Amino acid sequence: MLLCTIFIILLLTGITAGLLIKSWHIIEKIPLSELLFSDDWRPLSGKFGFLPFIISSVWVTMVALLLAIPACLLTAIYLTQYAHRRLLRIMRPVIDILAGIPSVVYGLWGVLVIVPLVSHFLVPLFGGTQNTGYCIFSGAIVLAVMIIPFIINILIEIFKAIPEELTEASLSLGATHWETIKYVILRKAWPGIISAFGLGLSRAFGETMAVLMVVGNVIKIPTGIFQPGYPLPALIANNYGEMLSIDIYDSALMFAALLLFIIVLIFNMLSRLIIIKLEVT
Amino acid sequence: MNKWKKIEESFFKFLMLITTYSIISVLLIILLTILYKGLPSLSFEMLTQIPKDGYYFGREGGILNAITGSLYLSLGATFLSLIIGLPVALFMNVHLVKCSKIVNSIRFILDLLWGVPSIVYGAFGFSVMILIGLKTSLLAGIITMTLLILPIMIRAIDEVLRTVPIGLYESALSLGSTRSETAFKIFFRQCIPGIVTAILLSFGRAIGDAASVLFTTGYTDYIPRSIMEPAATLPLSIFFQLGSPVPEVKGRAYASALILTIIILLISILARILTSKFNKK
Repeated sequence: MLLCTIFIILLLTGITAGLLIKSWHIIEKIPLSELLFSDDWRPLSGKFGFLPFIISSVWVTMVALLLAIPACLLTAIYLTQYAHRRLLRIMRPVIDILAGIPSVVYGLWGVLVIVPLVSHFLVPLFGGTQNTGYCIFSGAIVLAVMIIPFIINILIEIFKAIPEELTEASLSLGATHWETIKYVILRKAWPGIISAFGLGLSRAFGETMAVLMVVGNVIKIPTGIFQPGYPLPALIANNYGEMLSIDIYDSALMFAALLLFIIVLIFNMLSRLIIIKLEVT
Repeated sequence: MNKWKKIEESFFKFLMLITTYSIISVLLIILLTILYKGLPSLSFEMLTQIPKDGYYFGREGGILNAITGSLYLSLGATFLSLIIGLPVALFMNVHLVKCSKIVNSIRFILDLLWGVPSIVYGAFGFSVMILIGLKTSLLAGIITMTLLILPIMIRAIDEVLRTVPIGLYESALSLGSTRSETAFKIFFRQCIPGIVTAILLSFGRAIGDAASVLFTTGYTDYIPRSIMEPAATLPLSIFFQLGSPVPEVKGRAYASALILTIIILLISILARILTSKFNKK
């Protein structure tokens, strides 16, 4: 039992060490600043600039988060404050099923529904020219739908944890229900809300298959949301077949995984720490 | 002033209603899209045959290789993670019940591990696989998948074990049983329905994940006969078939997605029935 537990704790350091050792080869050869801030990606001639991938990842994640934030907040408030018990009984399985749908199925749905929608409807609406629909925005929509159930679940827990006396006090002082939500509940839950979105962000950042299928995968720094991008996870997934042929290429992809791992870990850690602090006080 | 208050409240209430119902409708749209696109290509042949010559050009065959591959992989990984995970969860809740600080830090680490993207597990599993000299095989896939679902399994079992009243623990000890006896005989039996739910949850995650096994299981048209052989998985078979320009093959990708979705839905419903039964007791 103790052995198993130690194994679990070592796993985290094991992953860090494993990825670090593997990617050491490239960190040694190319300075970190060039790896992170150069947009020159030509593996065959030994140029590895990760900037296009990093920027794409940031774009997709941010747009997805922007789409998800209002939807999650409003739904979570509605479900915990206003909703009838019958609606709750419907929503719980709905959220669970949404959270359980595999990412490939989300990707397929994105290809079938979102990509044509963006291509035929949204792009002309914003005065764009011909577009395949495989772009940052499509990826962000699919991603938003994927992280919404995940964030709502955390938000509901956070809203439920607010002591009822607080809301009762506010209501008895003559505040309306909405004022209570605005001035008492949201203010009290503020750190929790931030951390819920932090967790959502890290989930979105690492999502691979669904984004990969709709985002276009063109190696270029995207300049708008209707342009194709090439996020980090997609880079790793798309090139696994070739990476064994060139030694340093393998190391470069491991570096991408390491980068992804560190960023996600940091966001996760901060969010979890905020939540733990909330639970204690 | 009072009027504005009311208008503001009803405006936001309206927005909340819209977001809540649009989440329900998004789920319906996803399910209906998959059903509508997948049903025409779904046939008995698809479930019972492996791909034949020219399958990927639209000729006869089925995806039995992917279905069995996915089942072997997920069952293996779920079994392995149960064997490692159950003792850890019991250890945390029985032996360490007095040192809540240690337990909380283990929980923290597990939550961090849960947040690590599956593609990172994939990359890590791939390097481990090369390190110990394995080829792409069912075994390598099972190992990678086990690492991925282990934190989910432990945390899910842990949440159930936490609900066991401390009185039960104390009375078991006072009757002269050792801690390990208490763990495996009392706690385990008390929580069987919850543990089964945890197993289903992990299984659902395992069968739907593609990014982690992308590097490690390989792909084959045959049903694996030993764990050293490569295996196909459902999510990957959807992904590969979708990339084909042949309409029949694309149709089969939709049908495969339908099969996967149905499996996930069944697991989700089963878990729900079990939880409600557990809660009634």
